[in-house]
Amino acid sequence: MQEIPVTRYPEVLIDRPTHYCPGCQHGIAHRLVAEALTDLGVVERTIAVSSIGCSVFLYNYLNLDTVEAPHGRAPAVATGVKRARPEAIVFTYQGDGDLASIGMAEIIHCANRGERVTVIFVNNTVYGMTGGQMAPTTLLGQKTTTCPGGRCLEREGAPIRMAEIIASLGGTAYCARVAVNTVKNVMRAKKAIRNAFQYQLDGKGFSFVEVLATCPTNWRLSPTAANERVATEMIPYFPLGTFQDCAATEEV
Amino acid sequence: MSERLFLKGNEAIARAAIAAGMRCYFGYPITPQNDIPEFLSTELPKVGGEFVQAESEIAAANMLLGAAACGVRAMTSSSSPGISLMQEAISYMAGSELPGVIVNMNRGGPGLGDIGPSQGDYFQSTRGGGHGDYRTLVLAPGTVQEAYDLTLLAFELAFRYRNPVLLLGDAILGQMKEPVTPRVPQQTTDPEAETWCLTGAVQRPGRVLKSLFLDDGALAEHNTRLAAKYQAMETESRAESFLVDDAQLVVVAYGSIGRIAKSTVRKLRAAGHRVGLVRPITLFPFPTAILRDLALAGKRFLTIEHNLGQMVDDVRLAVRTVTDSAFYGHLPGNLPTPNDFEAPILAALGH
Repeated sequence: MQEIPVTRYPEVLIDRPTHYCPGCQHGIAHRLVAEALTDLGVVERTIAVSSIGCSVFLYNYLNLDTVEAPHGRAPAVATGVKRARPEAIVFTYQGDGDLASIGMAEIIHCANRGERVTVIFVNNTVYGMTGGQMAPTTLLGQKTTTCPGGRCLEREGAPIRMAEIIASLGGTAYCARVAVNTVKNVMRAKKAIRNAFQYQLDGKGFSFVEVLATCPTNWRLSPTAANERVATEMIPYFPLGTFQDCAATEEV
Repeated sequence: MSERLFLKGNEAIARAAIAAGMRCYFGYPITPQNDIPEFLSTELPKVGGEFVQAESEIAAANMLLGAAACGVRAMTSSSSPGISLMQEAISYMAGSELPGVIVNMNRGGPGLGDIGPSQGDYFQSTRGGGHGDYRTLVLAPGTVQEAYDLTLLAFELAFRYRNPVLLLGDAILGQMKEPVTPRVPQQTTDPEAETWCLTGAVQRPGRVLKSLFLDDGALAEHNTRLAAKYQAMETESRAESFLVDDAQLVVVAYGSIGRIAKSTVRKLRAAGHRVGLVRPITLFPFPTAILRDLALAGKRFLTIEHNLGQMVDDVRLAVRTVTDSAFYGHLPGNLPTPNDFEAPILAALGH
């Protein structure tokens, strides 16, 4: 009997073990980016901007021209790259500490200018690489190494919903929040990431995909329990969906 | 015969950058350098370049990093408080070996200081400025013509060494108007950048421009290689020597202060005093050899700066084991005239 593969391993994804912890969903997000670039046929004209955090090593897993940005500055670096090489497909890959805290100014203004770049924002509600400290996205009541009693609204404020903020800015052509906790959600995430790159390719404006992801190690949960937490705690606060779609707006 | 233009220092730098083939400029408003972004916002797009007013100096410098990674000639400009904010990106650029030009029209500090001229940023400029063990090339023009010429040179050096280059002026240089002959640069593109810059990985493995080196020994190796590069930059050191051959006392001053001190030296010469001037044009690499030779020839030294004494450390290092340098600091907050330097020079001469 002949085996027919139902999916292909994208060539741009380097075949090697990752440094990510068991149950971490960066690997899925990496693969979805790789598949989107491959499907659109733009791998050879893509320039990646890696950020600070666990995903700084993006360049160990995606065989792309890549520049490493200082903490939070990836959208500014991507702006420089795109202005210098407008023909390139440019994306940043950032975590929630990087993008929603130290990099808040850079992401807001990059989106607002409508830079023709794509931002993949992986939200796992903690600073992963530095040991699980509180992030701007940490859920209320969630215990971290810097809010050991649980995040408190009165003291630390509410978790920031980035996709909703980005969608409200004038330069944003496409903005969605997805999760990769179920097969169905992975398929939706794949479509959203592909859409985001397609909008850049079409020169429509800034595109943004927030990917809800696990951090079992810093959540002190097993991979299975961490995956369940995405559905039970994250999605209720960070609703999935498309928050801006300029093509849809045009159709109305 | 090329045209003569009557230009402010800021505009001369902006025009020179375009002449040098600059493709991208990123800026943020701050006095006293606003003429640069204002001029470029209209003139750069006319030649097909990209002008971006960034949301902060932090973002402007990181945009510079991104454009530099693509191997194009790119620049940002600011003044002291803004340059402090740029140090993060400058450190990353040095670590990732990215070429870019950063203009600092030095104003008074610390903190908000004032908007007038100062040389308070000498240490920040010549010691790297940000975190880590690195250096940037530092060019310090004293005239508007020199500002034009050194801007052309800055782009050349940035790509020759794959390193950030700082053009260090001050509020005097940025705001004063002088005639300029706009020279035509020999080179306006850098084809050799194609061997390392980001273009999209076509028929080759992806390139990574980074400053993170975690493997055992990798960072030490990287820093050793950078150190060799900084050593090689020594050949770029430049200074103007003025009437030093028979001088008893050599005044050392840079930038617009060097230019004002030159007028004082001229005046004192006319009165029969044997005084000369060395005006460092590169602050890193510092023109150590020139000063050391003069020290060995028996000269005495007086360093004059528009600060509390920063470059004087480098002068002392240059002449150590032979002699020392006296120091006179004119403090920011008021503009010095040649007369202000007469008494300190005569005092150092022993009169």
